[in-house]
Amino acid sequence: MSARRLHEEQPASFAFSEENRARVNQWIAKFPPGRQRSAVISALWIGQEQEGWVTKPMIEEVAKILDMPYIRVLEVATFYTMFHLAPVGKHHVQVCTTTPCWLRGSDDVVKACKKHISDKPHTVSADGEFSWEEVECLGACVNAPMVLINSDPYEDLTGEKTEEILEAIRRGETPKPGSQIGRHSSEPEGGPTTLLATLKDKV
Amino acid sequence: MLEDKDRIFTNLYGFEGADLESARRRGNWDGTKKILELGPEAIVDIMKKSGLRGRGGAGFPTGLKWSFMPKQIDPARPHYLVINADESEPGTCKDRDILRNDPHTLVEGALVASFAMRAHVAYIYVRGEFIREREALQRAVDEAYAARLIGKDNVHGWPFDLYVHHGAGAYICGEETALLESLEGKKGQPRLKPPFPANMGLYGCPTTVNNVESIAVSPTILRRGAEWFAGIGRPNNTGTKVFCISGHVNKPCNVEEAMGIPLKELIEKHAGGVRGGWDNLLAVIPGGASVPLIPKAVCDGVLMDFDSLKAAQTGLGTAAVIVMDKSTDIVKAIQRLSYFYKHESCGQCTPCREGTGWMWRVMSRLQQGRAAVEEIDLLQEVTKQVEGHTICALGDAAAWPIQGLIRHFRPELERRIREYGTKQAAE
Repeated sequence: MSARRLHEEQPASFAFSEENRARVNQWIAKFPPGRQRSAVISALWIGQEQEGWVTKPMIEEVAKILDMPYIRVLEVATFYTMFHLAPVGKHHVQVCTTTPCWLRGSDDVVKACKKHISDKPHTVSADGEFSWEEVECLGACVNAPMVLINSDPYEDLTGEKTEEILEAIRRGETPKPGSQIGRHSSEPEGGPTTLLATLKDKV
Repeated sequence: MLEDKDRIFTNLYGFEGADLESARRRGNWDGTKKILELGPEAIVDIMKKSGLRGRGGAGFPTGLKWSFMPKQIDPARPHYLVINADESEPGTCKDRDILRNDPHTLVEGALVASFAMRAHVAYIYVRGEFIREREALQRAVDEAYAARLIGKDNVHGWPFDLYVHHGAGAYICGEETALLESLEGKKGQPRLKPPFPANMGLYGCPTTVNNVESIAVSPTILRRGAEWFAGIGRPNNTGTKVFCISGHVNKPCNVEEAMGIPLKELIEKHAGGVRGGWDNLLAVIPGGASVPLIPKAVCDGVLMDFDSLKAAQTGLGTAAVIVMDKSTDIVKAIQRLSYFYKHESCGQCTPCREGTGWMWRVMSRLQQGRAAVEEIDLLQEVTKQVEGHTICALGDAAAWPIQGLIRHFRPELERRIREYGTKQAAE
């Protein structure tokens, strides 16, 4: 397990925007009456989308909304590793380095992030645009190596390709997510070996 | 080789739309009402006869699991179906394709399975990292609601609400009771069993937790019959399965194949063969990171199903085939998995919390050869002390890859130790 603590510098307050507060309410409505704490992950997630990271006042606010003790929300915020407990760059890059990605060259992807973002993970780049971290298996192993940049996966990478993507984002472009070698999704490169009858006019 | 007409996930790769209309053209939602008219007992019976074993890793018979739910509903304790889409086992990315490309197989399956277990509410727990996949699934759920295929007042006559939930980065939440804890808004730490979820699950109510693939194949089984599904594969290892082939192959891919396909055939037919040819193969992890690796000699003849892999002292797990060619630093490959388990241990049980870190540190030294030969036996002994001594199977999963390495690659470990010793002596 990884020890995770709240950031030393915290903002004074937190409030959900009106729209986000409504989204939290939608999540609460998914659960039976009295089970509102089931929405805790989603509430923190929405808060993180709004602020970029999970702050102490946010945890307090979520505890109040969901009628939970502060410590129970704090536990959740520190247990689940997708919650950023410190500010991250505008584009946060999660690099999968677990064995299936490592076998296909994730070391080069890490190198590209070190070169283009910062030498150390969890460090916001000088221009505030990027941060990166190594993460455990992201579940796209047949398209390894891959990264998740905010919500979008970029797959079938090389070190070079990773650099190109980061540079493009830095220029304000939105590179096309998914396979970077022209695969549609998880089919073998060059075309599927199955489902040929149904696909013959599509591939 | 499985024929296309017997494939369940006909849009596995997403060449067609994932929308309802496209799904209907592919045969989803066809005669769902007729399936429900069979009644819960008959549905469970067909699922039992089909021989379907859970696709999440443990391989427990799905029909039998469904039959554990109480036959009467206590109004104070509603039944729940919870679908495990917390796909995080390294090597595994099959549910991802179902969620994003064939989500209506899952939505229809959720209705049918919930009906069979007398549940009016189901939750699908999607791992946090699957953001686009969750959006695709939510679109399918919304479409099904709009078409009144599901919902409180739907055309099938079984009031049914389906909710998409999500995690936020924790492998352990793929363990069914940890998933329930997480769904209740807590840290994902597994519960002691018994009581089993069928008696005390979500909110203390009768609950069944099933893998995405297990639920998504069920409508097709019920449409085409138990005999059809049971006729594919071998006895006790029936049906079709989505395999994920990653690592050192020429064309990594997902593919739906018959259970029991020879490993070599699977790799050569669909994944373009091992990089550098079959003889360049070093070892394969056949069922996701948690199962022991098998060396090439075993890979030559092994079949990809529960019993054949068990006989080879490994397991089918999630059918995630991680291929490693002769260029692989095999000790590093397993050491990286040890780090994974150390990172993902929930910290609840001492043998796992302390053991995973200890094993990782020793594995790191073994990778460099910076160890004594006796430490190999000590490591083996520690894996045995972790295995079976924890609340959930994460402890076992951390132990097995190391045991597999020692079983098949002990000479390599000893060689590194000798080499390091010689180098030290020379300096």
